[in-house]
Amino acid sequence: MRKARVNARSREIGLALLFILPSLAGFLVFFVAPAARGLYISFTDWNLLTQPKPVGLANYAALLSDQDFWNALKVTVLYVLWNIPLQTVLAIAVALVMSAAAHSSLLKGVILLPWLMPNVVVALLWVWLLDPTIGLINVAVRAFGGPLLPFLSSPSTALPTIAGINIWRYLGYTALLVFAGLQTIPTDVYEAARIDGSNGRQTFWRITLPLLRPVLAFVIVTSVLGSFQIFDTVAVTTKGGPINATKVFNYMIYQQAFERFQMGYATAVSMVLFLILVGVGLLQMKLLRAGEVET
Amino acid sequence: MKRSLSARILFWAAVTVIALVTLFPFYWTVRTALTFPRAVYSHPTAFLPPQLTIGNFERVLGLVDAATSVKLGGSGQTINFFVFLRNSIVVSALITMGQTFFSAAAAYAFARLRFPLNRQIFGFYLSALMVPGIVLLIPNFILIKTLGWLNTYQGIAAPAFLMSPFAVFFMRQFFLGMNKELEEAALVEGAGRVRIFFQIAVPLSMTALTTLAVITFIYSWNDYLWPLLVGRSESVRMLTVALGVFRQQGAQNLPDWAGLMAGTTLAILPTLVLFLALGKRVINSIGFTGFR
Repeated sequence: MRKARVNARSREIGLALLFILPSLAGFLVFFVAPAARGLYISFTDWNLLTQPKPVGLANYAALLSDQDFWNALKVTVLYVLWNIPLQTVLAIAVALVMSAAAHSSLLKGVILLPWLMPNVVVALLWVWLLDPTIGLINVAVRAFGGPLLPFLSSPSTALPTIAGINIWRYLGYTALLVFAGLQTIPTDVYEAARIDGSNGRQTFWRITLPLLRPVLAFVIVTSVLGSFQIFDTVAVTTKGGPINATKVFNYMIYQQAFERFQMGYATAVSMVLFLILVGVGLLQMKLLRAGEVET
Repeated sequence: MKRSLSARILFWAAVTVIALVTLFPFYWTVRTALTFPRAVYSHPTAFLPPQLTIGNFERVLGLVDAATSVKLGGSGQTINFFVFLRNSIVVSALITMGQTFFSAAAAYAFARLRFPLNRQIFGFYLSALMVPGIVLLIPNFILIKTLGWLNTYQGIAAPAFLMSPFAVFFMRQFFLGMNKELEEAALVEGAGRVRIFFQIAVPLSMTALTTLAVITFIYSWNDYLWPLLVGRSESVRMLTVALGVFRQQGAQNLPDWAGLMAGTTLAILPTLVLFLALGKRVINSIGFTGFR
């Protein structure tokens, strides 16, 4: 009797292994091993042609006095600041419009479209619309006697322009997440507020927004972490220029690794980015939870 | 609840603005793709295509010879988006089939079978969601290079073929919420777990599997950096990579906007078709995936 049970148990373990094995192999080979290997490479000097030469912490030390690194940090943080606040406010507005619609399926479908498209496609649509010579926007502005808007071709406007392009891409997705959060607020809360004579604005600031807080926390944390890792749009539109104005972390790492073949240095920067993201994530969760009302 | 007139006007104005801002860039792309290249320059603000043509699509798909291409307003160089379109379909289909199947199998074990370290292994999978892609990218590139898989389909598909942490998470959630009774009855009847998986669990989770497959397909289709690194050669180049390359060409002449927008339209179409057919599921899955 007992033996039979032991047998059944070990058979179940064997079966589980069969089900899990392909995914486990994929996970170990393409997630765990590269993470470990990346850490090792970051302690070496390696150009892919010769053997990696261990150099201890030299890459990390070099990074501290590398202007490119500090520029990337500055540009990336600025990008996140151009991107996230505006995107979040607009997403809340769009979500409120959605919840006011009786049948919002079509609206949801339309506004989600940009998010489903490749970054490359989104970037190209806007490169075309924003082209200085014959792009629709500039031609139209000129027709009304306006100035030439350089958008992607000037160091001062390129970064906000890229942020704008990505707000256009992610707005629908973010709004849908906020909308899903709005649906979790029970209607009798609104009903009670109305009976107490609260007007629309008061209801929004005192009820909707506080109750939306956990959802907003999730949305902001994930979109900030995503925003820190922007690459595709930069690669297609500006290649980090003009004069490094859009050389974000991922683009800098890409250039170090695949244009200069400094694998050790590039992976060291990627590890620092990883640490920064962990720090930013923890900090945000702490800030967004601070002063949370127990219910 | 009855709303005031001004509130209704405000609402419809907002909906109109949202729809216009979202859809207009797509319209402008298609309009440009259907315009004769020289007319793109001579009539930059014409709302409808000033000189309607499908020649741009013929050119970028490589359906016409060089002389005809010049007559259609192109530069005469051969562009073959047909191959890139095929490559994108092959790679995305490979990844979708592999990842959906193997992730579903693993998810089934995590949800239904008792084995040591079940929760720990699953937690380990999830922890990978926090690692930024660029950290894994360089070592994975080196691995694919060492294997001699650069510029092959398997090289582009390999890292995503066997699993993604998200796919395992998604299917595990679904299986956990699925009624066990049918499976338990089958167990009593003496059916094996493998048979139960294929004949009961998979058919019952077809909706979730389709949703996951659509999401995975769109993700693979949209990917840029990884195929740019490991699939540069024309024979395996994906559409997204090709569009990036196409933009950098033709610097000596005026840029071929009509051709570029025709290529862009090709990259938009499959997603659009999938979304029109299965959009509701994708939308519903966002509420689900958003909050764990």
